[in-house]
Amino acid sequence: MSDVLAITEHRRGELRDVSYELVSAGRELADDLGGDLHLAVISGQVEEFAGSLSREGVDTIHTVSEGEEFNHDIYTQVTERLADELDPSVILMANTVNGLDYGPAVATRLGRPLVTDVIGASFDGETLTATREMYGSKVETRVEVGSEEVAVTIRPGEWPEANGNGNPEITEFDAAIDESAVRSTVTGFEEVGGGDVDISDAEVLVSVGRGIDEEENIELVEELAKALGATLSASRPIVDNGWLPKNRQVGQSGKSVTPEVYIAIGISGAVQHVAGMKGAETIVAINDDPNAPIYDIADYGIVDDLFDVVPALIAEFE
Amino acid sequence: MKALVTVAEVATVEDEFEIDGNAIDERYLEYDLNEWDDYAVEEAVQLSEDGLVDEVVAVTIGPERSEETIRMALAKGADRAVRIWDDSFDGLLDVAAKTEVLQAVVEDEQPDLILSGVQTGDAMFGATGVSLAAAIDYPWAAVVNDLEFDGEIASVHRELEGGVEELTDVETPAVLTIQTGINKPRYASLRGIRQAQQKEIAQKTLADLGLDGVESELELTEMYEPEVESDATVFEGSAEETAGELANVLREKGVAQ
Repeated sequence: MSDVLAITEHRRGELRDVSYELVSAGRELADDLGGDLHLAVISGQVEEFAGSLSREGVDTIHTVSEGEEFNHDIYTQVTERLADELDPSVILMANTVNGLDYGPAVATRLGRPLVTDVIGASFDGETLTATREMYGSKVETRVEVGSEEVAVTIRPGEWPEANGNGNPEITEFDAAIDESAVRSTVTGFEEVGGGDVDISDAEVLVSVGRGIDEEENIELVEELAKALGATLSASRPIVDNGWLPKNRQVGQSGKSVTPEVYIAIGISGAVQHVAGMKGAETIVAINDDPNAPIYDIADYGIVDDLFDVVPALIAEFE
Repeated sequence: MKALVTVAEVATVEDEFEIDGNAIDERYLEYDLNEWDDYAVEEAVQLSEDGLVDEVVAVTIGPERSEETIRMALAKGADRAVRIWDDSFDGLLDVAAKTEVLQAVVEDEQPDLILSGVQTGDAMFGATGVSLAAAIDYPWAAVVNDLEFDGEIASVHRELEGGVEELTDVETPAVLTIQTGINKPRYASLRGIRQAQQKEIAQKTLADLGLDGVESELELTEMYEPEVESDATVFEGSAEETAGELANVLREKGVAQ
């Protein structure tokens, strides 16, 4: 009743980093509650994954060897049954595309309140207080949950990865999967964003975002990229609009890039974008909103209208 | 074949704003159709135009103000709308509360396909579609950025992280949560806007849906601006001056040399 059950994630044979972050977050909450931390490893090479996840702070790892890849019907069923068995206070999941494909179903089936995309969490007695953002990261909020049993998804990259070696009990869980309730079929994977250019190889990227307003203005940043000998990339809205191809997209659902210089033009710096470019050595932001989150990670900034600054910058290099 | 599209009116915040208690001061908010739902509406209207869907019904949970927004969905091609509001709704409606309301609507409407935006731009829970699917026991797929539908099986691409897509087949009736970029949402035509004035927006309360009341177990207790941890060197002056200083830095770093 005071335990935490964290559901780990893997994809195509590899544990995802967020699995180790779930261990850290789960341990913190279990300490608040004075309970144990249970991990679940579902599908794929469960023994190998359980070995890797035997980190300090983990009490028990439950393995369910069923299928290879993520299937939301299997994850939902297994999590539901483990929760019935362990009666944990918190079911902790990752706020990833797959986490959001089964987490809400688990919460609804078990009648637990759900808090998603959490960036901080703690218990005061039996009340969970979660920190999460709203309005595209413009504000942070604290949310209190008035239930002793909750489901939470944590945002990747907010907790450290658990490090030290541990010695958890590893046990096979018989989930007795109801195959008739497995109703979606994964038929394959597809890599997107191939093509003429690999932005992850570029040393200098000129990257354009929503602030460019119109498709015809893309030319302006193309001209800058040319003047700087740089490669052109973009944030999600530009690709969604079809103004640049998918292989130019930087961010969580696009490419991760680590250029020497990254020049963000009209990009606000939403968390999904930052996830793909925070490894750049030098980050330059040109954005007229001084509160834009891009300035949190920028090394240099110009808080001004990009339609004035970019032509002036092109002139400098011509 | 009937498609139900969940649409939300969301608030967007100006660059400069003030917080009043646990909410953003109304003066700094603008209301609009949720971006993700715009794509969901477009997808449903395209299915209707392709003859795969006979009727597109938009459903929203929102106060009277949101009629303007849901009328945009009608102007873009939805056939009719249902708006749920109850005086008991105040503060944050959590995923479970929204699910309960939408479940009652689904029981009324019996749709074959439900399209729901991946998330709303204001609360950003990203969970209502999948939660609803579990509540009504429909198969589902989340974060769909490509859809082929033959009238029975929805073959979708789910947009995973890192430029990888998962290909999944889902049998209908089903719930799909729709990601931005799946299509190119149309602008409402003048004709569409005129026609939308004639289309029905049914207003319903919880009692109309046979519900006693819904409760949120989540309470928003605090709202604040996150601390800006910027240590960026910000250049000041005219565009020529700032561009000149930035150019010097870039040259030092070996750019365009």
